[in-house]
Amino acid sequence: MPEAFLTLILFQLLGSALQMVLHLPVPGPVIGMFLLAAALLWKRKRTQPADRAVSSFDSPALSSLSRALIACLGLLFVPAGVGLVTQLPVLAANALPIAAALFGSTVLGLMVTAFVMHKATHDGPAPERIPDTGGQVL
Amino acid sequence: MHTISHVFHQIYARFLPEPNMESLFWLSLTLAVFAVGVRLQIRLGRAPWANPVLFAIGFVALALVATETPYAKYFESVKIINFLLGPATVALAIPLADSIRLVTRSLPAMTLALLAGSVTSVVSGILIVMLLGGSHEVALSMAPKAVTTPIAIAITTQIGGIPALTAAFAILGGIIAAMIGEATLRRMGITDWRAHGLAAGIAGSGIAAAQVAQRDPVGAAFAALGIGLNGLVTALIVPLILYFIAG
Repeated sequence: MPEAFLTLILFQLLGSALQMVLHLPVPGPVIGMFLLAAALLWKRKRTQPADRAVSSFDSPALSSLSRALIACLGLLFVPAGVGLVTQLPVLAANALPIAAALFGSTVLGLMVTAFVMHKATHDGPAPERIPDTGGQVL
Repeated sequence: MHTISHVFHQIYARFLPEPNMESLFWLSLTLAVFAVGVRLQIRLGRAPWANPVLFAIGFVALALVATETPYAKYFESVKIINFLLGPATVALAIPLADSIRLVTRSLPAMTLALLAGSVTSVVSGILIVMLLGGSHEVALSMAPKAVTTPIAIAITTQIGGIPALTAAFAILGGIIAAMIGEATLRRMGITDWRAHGLAAGIAGSGIAAAQVAQRDPVGAAFAALGIGLNGLVTALIVPLILYFIAG
């Protein structure tokens, strides 16, 4: 588990460092995400699935840690979200345009993205995994 | 009302003199309220509209008012939760790597959907605010609201919006997408988790992605891609779109 956490932190550090040095418009953790995905794929290409647990950073511990973090991803937005209270006066002053734009634009964005994706995907849909697993699908 | 909050404040000030205690108190409260929110959502048959993030934000905000605690103090107390957003974002790499075959197979479709979704989000956000008579700053702050918060703030600073307002819009938009996204798309006859995940990542970033990630690993992978790529695309197209709209 410590190694797994170290892996995540190191890739975040690497992503943030790259962002700083190259002045990229994308935040460090997002760069770290792409780098870690690339590193995992590269590693998996070279090792047999059976050896995976033994030596590399691509361990079951990393899977379970990431599963745990992603399962409570919503919680992590609460501290920043409470910051809404500091913006209440501005929000209230423009309540109608803000509410309409947030709602309309978000729904439109969702619908257009999913619709284009749906129309442009020609192979059969990925198998659905709807059955209830207690919120721990991942 | 004022006397009640004063009493609360007195109790709070008496029993939480140590800064450490304060941090522990707000951490416990945040975790507890979020846990209750999750249980409530499960109790309600996993209804997406019973969003635990919204529940926790509302409850904590009320608690801050009741104890007369400034937001800065609260944020300082629960900084560690906010810090974990970084590693959690990196952790999205695992579902992404796990479903890489699906991702590469739908790369052309994804590119199209990404461009269409980004442009729609930005343009419709600006236009609706302007049509309904919202101020110029509000319209500009609305433009990058679908993007993950750090990128949205960077864009809004560049185009002259208000960063704190953009952050508020990003979170509210994410909550809206999480609450009604799945039902809306199912009504359109879209059941593919690739489309659901990508749409959540592009239109609602992290909070909507959290909702999809609970439901399906493939959805989580596409939501992770949506967040990352939409940030990139929006940073590039917002200045362009403003050039055409505002002249």
